[in-house]
Amino acid sequence: MQQQPTLEVREITKRFPGVLANDHISFTLMQGEIHAFLGENGAGKSTLMNILYGLYAPDEGEILINGQPVTIRNSADAIARGIGMVHQEFALVDTLTVAENIMLGTEITSGPLVDERRANERIAQLSQEYGLQVPPDALVQDLPVGVQQRVEILKALYRNAEMLILDEPTAVLTPQEAEDLFRVMRSLVERGKSIIFISHKLKEVLRIADRITVLRRGKVVGSANPRESTEQTLASMMVGRDVVLTVDKDAAQPGQAVLEVRDLVVLDDRHQVAVDGVSLDVRAGEVLGIAGVQGNGQTELVEAINGLRPVINGMVCIVGQNTSTAAPRAINELGVAYIPEDRKGTGLVLAYPIADNLVLSTYYRSPFAKGMRILANTIEEQARKLVKEFDIRTPSIWTSAGALSGGNQQKIIVAREFSRQIKLLVASQPTRGIDVGSIEFIHRSIIEQRDEGVAVLLVSAELDEVLALSDRIAVMYKGRILAVLPRAEASRDRLGLLMAGITEEPTHGRPA
Amino acid sequence: MAVQLDAPLAPQRRSFATAFLRGALVPLLAILTALLVGAIIIWFSAPADRGTRFEVVVAAYRGLFLGAFGGRQAIANTLVEATPYILAGLAVAVAFKCGLFNIGAEGQLFLGALAAATVGASQLGLPAIIHLPLALLAGALAGGIWAAIPGYLRARTGAHEVITTIMLNYIAFRLLDYLVTGPLKDPGASALRTPFVASAAQLPRFIGPLEDPGLTGGQTYRPLIVTADPEWNLRLHLGFAIAILAVWGIWWLLNRTTTGFEIRTVGANPEAARYAGMSITKNFVVAMALSGALAGLAGSGQVLGVEHNVKSLFSSGYGFDSIAIALLAKSNPIAIIPAAVFWGALNNGRGLMQAQTGISIELIRIVQALTIMFVAADQIVRWIYRIRRPIGDQVVFSRGWGK
Repeated sequence: MQQQPTLEVREITKRFPGVLANDHISFTLMQGEIHAFLGENGAGKSTLMNILYGLYAPDEGEILINGQPVTIRNSADAIARGIGMVHQEFALVDTLTVAENIMLGTEITSGPLVDERRANERIAQLSQEYGLQVPPDALVQDLPVGVQQRVEILKALYRNAEMLILDEPTAVLTPQEAEDLFRVMRSLVERGKSIIFISHKLKEVLRIADRITVLRRGKVVGSANPRESTEQTLASMMVGRDVVLTVDKDAAQPGQAVLEVRDLVVLDDRHQVAVDGVSLDVRAGEVLGIAGVQGNGQTELVEAINGLRPVINGMVCIVGQNTSTAAPRAINELGVAYIPEDRKGTGLVLAYPIADNLVLSTYYRSPFAKGMRILANTIEEQARKLVKEFDIRTPSIWTSAGALSGGNQQKIIVAREFSRQIKLLVASQPTRGIDVGSIEFIHRSIIEQRDEGVAVLLVSAELDEVLALSDRIAVMYKGRILAVLPRAEASRDRLGLLMAGITEEPTHGRPA
Repeated sequence: MAVQLDAPLAPQRRSFATAFLRGALVPLLAILTALLVGAIIIWFSAPADRGTRFEVVVAAYRGLFLGAFGGRQAIANTLVEATPYILAGLAVAVAFKCGLFNIGAEGQLFLGALAAATVGASQLGLPAIIHLPLALLAGALAGGIWAAIPGYLRARTGAHEVITTIMLNYIAFRLLDYLVTGPLKDPGASALRTPFVASAAQLPRFIGPLEDPGLTGGQTYRPLIVTADPEWNLRLHLGFAIAILAVWGIWWLLNRTTTGFEIRTVGANPEAARYAGMSITKNFVVAMALSGALAGLAGSGQVLGVEHNVKSLFSSGYGFDSIAIALLAKSNPIAIIPAAVFWGALNNGRGLMQAQTGISIELIRIVQALTIMFVAADQIVRWIYRIRRPIGDQVVFSRGWGK
């Protein structure tokens, strides 16, 4: 007997001016399954999910829940019909506690007062049942991202969600946090919930999903069974052509040291030592990758090199000049390109058009300015050239950067940083949260720079990325470099142990 | 190959005209809504002896309109009223562009007025072509320096400019009181005021009779175009042209220069500005000094063009209303002009409205307050008129505390 789908979507179409975001999309979601939606950014995943959650009205098509056609006018409708959504950017109030956030808007009351005791009981019971441990009295702002996400999921469960839409849930998580999430997802479906899982990370989708639907340019281009698929087949389906998942490169031809760091000590925002006596060299024409679990001082190291964080002790030398106390602009002018890890917060001004973002660090000098006058024409020319050269997909160079997908935003930064003569590239999490096509492109660009003799310092939390690009790999743990290995000697296992702080032999007198 | 669109909107390049028109919809609807609510208030407070309630509403707004725009004199007076609003509104807008909230425009305006009055009243024996610019410069400088202080404090110590500018306001008020009643008092006058500014330092009217000693305390008064026709005796002075010029100058500075690019970037995303090698300290100080200079210029314009001296109770309120102007204009320099003219028109027209219908002029303050409320809480207007928020439509005003 055929089981009735919990959710059925028939021929959904959604048009925006100038673009067909969803083109006759149909799918079903069964009870107790994880249905993954795979697609590049801009493929129409988010539009589709926003339709299910009542944020957009479809132009055509219908939605059935338990066999009944429904109209979802807004998110309250969606919640009432048992659809819960966890967005990529959380909708939590930082200054409220976990419990307050969960019950916000649906407080259990007794008279005019909130019945916190009963609310807390219900939260405790839910987190027990689904293995979602949260500290109910902690303020949301004090929690790691992974726990905040659990709060979001609990929020949906608290509102009796039967179906959960998780939009790129792992984009913001460390590998460990992602593992926790997968465990939670499993326990949710075991207890009869259904999950729509949106991602563009092939590995994850293959691991966790029961069924995979691939979207491309607003259409369903195929579905796949994870047991019969490989990363390669999924990637090809997603991008519409064969995708190179490994990066082809020749052996490095290292030259002189471009970046020299000696005994560097840097503090974090809480004035704790984050970089604790790091020394390293990056030579022209090589990629030095820094592997490590996030939060082990990589961010502070990179910011100190770029002049954005004071050097407390030790020294940074770039092309032979001591830049320990140099201003960011002086460092930039030595030929240093910097791809920051927080592209939305640091790398771009989201409200600015793409054209302005492309000259964010060069606006003041020739050929973009003459005296204090900005030369709009050369900025425009530059933008047209770079948008084409770096395949930035945008309706116009005057579109604000905030309106683009993550991959295209990252391409703006890469285009800007590579558009001038550089000697050192510092790339921090260059491909985090972006689609396969863009990752491929950015990886190729980085290797091209290396081959032209640029020294590259790559920091990434993705071990695969470090392994694919680096010529040498340094492992950072608790503010120190535990080891620097040539690529050939750096196996995944060895790096994994080092990342956990386990060295074969004691370093700096520390116990192994 | 079709281009993938991430956003349904494709904004065009910013130009002088589109900068003016873009985003005007919500403020216009806010004004309309405020006037409608004002009409309801008139409806319920209409005096019984002035016809039906509907007639009173129509008469009140008709009076308001005629008072503001009914004839040459009225229009000229509206523009005179708008002049300080343009300059002070521009002052607040420039600070907003850099992510700073300059509540101190009032104090900067006072000090600018005082400096302009002092330089203007000095018997330097200079021709107008030198004396007038000197007096204006003094006013701008005084306001600029006064405002640069909170800019520097914010950048270097994190002291929030909302607090420091308010505190500096009080210092400016008391300083003005002290100076006007003491060292700078006109010894020949019984009133507590500074001496009249020399005719060479006055902002001339565009057109009018040669002398009007009643207005200028016996000083010679020379309009640009001399006519004996009383119909053409207009109060509109050169300060209005300076204000318009300042608008163009600030628009140009913000959109066409590296300085403006830096100010806007620091305002839009200070992290990105630092990353791009811009100095936050420098831009905070520059933006605040510029803001204060414009406020100082607003005060100078009032002294050199209208008042011709500074009185002990020189309490203009322009500096505070200018915050409303900047909000209404969404910090767009060009939009400051219509916003200020609207404000000036309400102030100028309300007298006739009261005379003709007996509706209190305080109603106009209510309409002004409602306008600002609807602009600030634009979600209400968007909801009433079913307007969707365009992607990327965010105007940065001030940032939060600390950081």
